[in-house]
Amino acid sequence: MSPSGPELLRQIKSQIDEVDPAEVKELLDEGVAIVDVRGSEEFATGHLPGAKSIPRGHLESRIEAAVPDRSAPVILYCASGNRSAYAARTLAEDMGYENVRSMKGGIALWKDRGHEVQIPRALSSEQRDRYSRHLLIPEIGAEGQQKLLDAKVLLLGAGGLGSPTALYLAAAGVGTLGIVDDDDVDLSNLQRQVIHSTERVGTPKVDSAEQSIHALNPDVKVVKYPVRIDASNIMEIIDGYDVIVDGVDNFPTRYLLNDATVRLRIPVVSASILGFDGQLSVFKPYDGPCYRCLFREPPPAELAPSCGANGVLGVLPGTMGLLQATEVVKLILGIGEPAIGRLLLYDALAATLTEVRVHRDPDCPICSRDPDQITDEELGAFPDYEAFCAAAG
Amino acid sequence: MATIKIPPVLRASVGGERELSAAGANVGDVLRDMAASHPATQSQLFSAEGELNRYVNVYLNDEDVRVLDGLDTAVGESDTLVILPAMAGGTGAARR
Repeated sequence: MSPSGPELLRQIKSQIDEVDPAEVKELLDEGVAIVDVRGSEEFATGHLPGAKSIPRGHLESRIEAAVPDRSAPVILYCASGNRSAYAARTLAEDMGYENVRSMKGGIALWKDRGHEVQIPRALSSEQRDRYSRHLLIPEIGAEGQQKLLDAKVLLLGAGGLGSPTALYLAAAGVGTLGIVDDDDVDLSNLQRQVIHSTERVGTPKVDSAEQSIHALNPDVKVVKYPVRIDASNIMEIIDGYDVIVDGVDNFPTRYLLNDATVRLRIPVVSASILGFDGQLSVFKPYDGPCYRCLFREPPPAELAPSCGANGVLGVLPGTMGLLQATEVVKLILGIGEPAIGRLLLYDALAATLTEVRVHRDPDCPICSRDPDQITDEELGAFPDYEAFCAAAG
Repeated sequence: MATIKIPPVLRASVGGERELSAAGANVGDVLRDMAASHPATQSQLFSAEGELNRYVNVYLNDEDVRVLDGLDTAVGESDTLVILPAMAGGTGAARR
């Protein structure tokens, strides 16, 4: 005869290991994986500090992303210790997790004992709808979405690269987007700068970009800088941003940006495009090389395409800008392997992506030193590039 | 013959080719062989002293030759050299 519900629960509990909340509290600081198997709405009312939310119905499909190592200790809990008992048996019996325990008494007993409960900032119901496809990815979830909403990303340029990057970061719910651009929208921009529109030709790019961003996602705060970035304003503008997206079109600014971001330890997702070719790398100060490690010196004018107007395949900044947006999201969420110490070379005509390694230069004039030692005068120190460009005509 | 990938800014100096083959037992020889066929690349790659210019990186397959043996790094027949000068640009064209 089939067992009754209470009988089955007794049987299950006799087959699994349970752990007292007092011991779980001790283990919190040791980085043991703690999984809340209640529904997401219950999780939102408060959970153990650092716990991951995997509702029991999604346990089998999501546990591996949260706890890839099956020999690692895992503690499951629910409201009272019953659902987590069933879940513990599933992980141990069906999925081969070797060290699974269910917390006795659940979060109810945890609270009775006076232990700390973390209350996550809840997404509004509209946000849950808007970002639902993020919430379904275990690597993002509500916690990751909150990180995106809290993030501040600065885009240097609302041009070819900045257009797709800004649109997709806005769509992803990056909470603050700063945009530096002193140009107006020109008809010749619209072959690739998809954040602008024909009717906005002649208006400042920062205003045009803001309109498109707000039309897509009113959650995003846009901070406009209708200026050209230079040594006099860079430190003030970039301070406080979490990630900078670099699509600048000239070498002096690129070196200036490098030096200032190393000093402030802000990661830069950098891309450049020409014709049918694109390059991308992530420069994360002191974790990997900086731009000066890659190119100690700028090229002379005849090898420097940025001196004048150049052609570019209209879709190419879309491709490269979205690779940048992807790297930005990864940096904010702390997932995957960002392109740190690697330079990706995209050849659109050949449809190939080649990768070369970039090493930290132990003699780098900037990042081989402590950030506090980098002086204002050194920021962007650079041979007289305007003279080079003038010489090139 | 090793394969050399030519970056956009150097293509005008090699008749528009995106890829070339050149002979040589090491990186320096291969690049000098290319420069002999395409003299316009000589001053773009090498300083007057015959060193690789500091603003040009050369990779043997995926590794920077500066962390290998520089121009003396041995090159095999099936190897690929990537020449990479610094490139700036969202779209310079936007700057009218």
